[in-house]
Amino acid sequence: MRRWILLCLMFFVMPAHAVLNIEITGAGEHQTPVSLVRFSGDAAIAQGLLDLVGNDLTRTGLFKLIDPAGKSPREPRDIRPAEWAGVEAVLIGSIESQAEGKVAVKFRLLDLVRNAELMSQVVTARADQVRAIGHRIADLVYERLTGSPGVFSTRIAYVSRDTGVYRLVVADSDGDNEQALLTSKEPIMSPAWSPDGQQIAYVSFEKRRAMVYVQSLTSRKRTLIADFPGSNSAPAWSPDGKLLAMVLTRDEESQIYLANTNGGQLRRITYSDAIDTEPSFSPDGKSLLFTSDRGGSPQIYRVSIENNEVQRLTFESGNAFSPRFHPDGNSFVFAHFRDGVFHIAVHDMESRQTQILTAGGWEKKPSYAPNGKMILFATEVQGRGILATVSSDGRVKQKMVAQSGDIREPMWGPFLK
Amino acid sequence: MKKLILSVLLLNLLAACSSNPPKEEVTEPATTSAAAVSTTDADAQAAADAQAAAEAQAAADAEAAMMQKNSVYFPFDVDAVQDADRETIMNHAEYLASHPDAKVRVEGNADERGSSEYNLGLGQRRANNTKRALVLGGASASQIETVSYGEEKPRCSEHNEACWAQNRRADINYSAQ
Repeated sequence: MRRWILLCLMFFVMPAHAVLNIEITGAGEHQTPVSLVRFSGDAAIAQGLLDLVGNDLTRTGLFKLIDPAGKSPREPRDIRPAEWAGVEAVLIGSIESQAEGKVAVKFRLLDLVRNAELMSQVVTARADQVRAIGHRIADLVYERLTGSPGVFSTRIAYVSRDTGVYRLVVADSDGDNEQALLTSKEPIMSPAWSPDGQQIAYVSFEKRRAMVYVQSLTSRKRTLIADFPGSNSAPAWSPDGKLLAMVLTRDEESQIYLANTNGGQLRRITYSDAIDTEPSFSPDGKSLLFTSDRGGSPQIYRVSIENNEVQRLTFESGNAFSPRFHPDGNSFVFAHFRDGVFHIAVHDMESRQTQILTAGGWEKKPSYAPNGKMILFATEVQGRGILATVSSDGRVKQKMVAQSGDIREPMWGPFLK
Repeated sequence: MKKLILSVLLLNLLAACSSNPPKEEVTEPATTSAAAVSTTDADAQAAADAQAAAEAQAAADAEAAMMQKNSVYFPFDVDAVQDADRETIMNHAEYLASHPDAKVRVEGNADERGSSEYNLGLGQRRANNTKRALVLGGASASQIETVSYGEEKPRCSEHNEACWAQNRRADINYSAQ
């Protein structure tokens, strides 16, 4: 069966810069052996696509790339199974130059075990959008072979700090293609993606105290959302994109409030004489996870938006911070501080078990990829903040080392519709 | 526990207000008796002026020294003002009480052992409690704005207790207003 689907990529693409080195450790329980055959057509584009798709798949730890060793099949009939022993799937394709600097990239994924075509698609895009095409191909290969949608086309946000200059950065999920949304001499904190991926809420100290802003990624227009006396912080979007949860000290203590996305119609959600912060919506939008020291030390709690009822979820030794729901709503990831180090940990709400995923260090601010398979967090190498990921089963870890600056406060963005 | 520490401190501050007279840093005139015999009125006036200037300078120096000491420090994950900082608080409270036009920003900070948002909240509580102590010491609440920088502006950036101790602090900042 052949299905030719035309996808038009209209991403806002800047020149790509290789600013990060990626180091991967560990492997998935099962690694699918895959061969990527360099596509026919424009050699430079073909090589770029091959490298990008290969890197994307390798980073997950779920695939073993098998060198096609000179074989270059163009059609399924070119593939002689005897020559591909041990390979479960082969990606083949072609690049066709079109008018107005566009290219049509046709690709097919073949299952050699069941002798079936898993996918056949065409993507057309400008020739300078090779990265976006490559991530899209990798997403589809990942989805066909694992059953979960790929997240290579999604984006991440983080804050970089370099010689007294703070930048709010949006980048591809592999850390490449960085774009600065805001540059400031005062701190920036807590970027939060709108569910449609078009806006980011964040905290900026540009007016010499913490205030919440929302900025459009497309128009770059920004709006001041909360500037009450004291601190305004920790923005989080509701899943329908209609509400923002925030932490305000307008009534003295750090407490959680809900507002419209323009900051209006403020409604207080928590009532304690403690620090209640880091709200994170449940996927159904009915409750918030948050960090609170109301029990004596910082732990994770949940509050219902309907009746403001609060339930304590973690009873860890040490402290628990920065909860974020798994997309399925059944577990959450958090930063666990114990014996002087931070670990990334997952708490299952049904079994009430906590699993530590990382070796420990200065590991903070975890967030799930939108498919729930990977967790992005901030860690340190030689005193410098860097991005890192760990697979949700803890098996595969990677560190993304920037060439300069100190990276903090990462947040994985949503699927782009 | 935190509240108990705070209330003990506040009692101490109140006691200090009622019993301790304001410190007057009076400098004794430096008299050189032999020279004094032959002074003219003009000389005496010059000496008096010099003495007044010296006193003013001494007072200014004392005030400058007081202004320089504008940080109070906190134990780990504690937001109550500590007894060790009573003198700093009293000095600034008295200054604010006697200079009703002066305004300060109290900036709370935290060490990095927490999330950035939790630390923002902790810094805000430290600033709020420092403000409360200043008000109990005689300052007016309207003279004091409180803000927090959480762990965002560390004075020292190494991962050790000596560093963290410097970062767990509230600064009473006049020039920032």
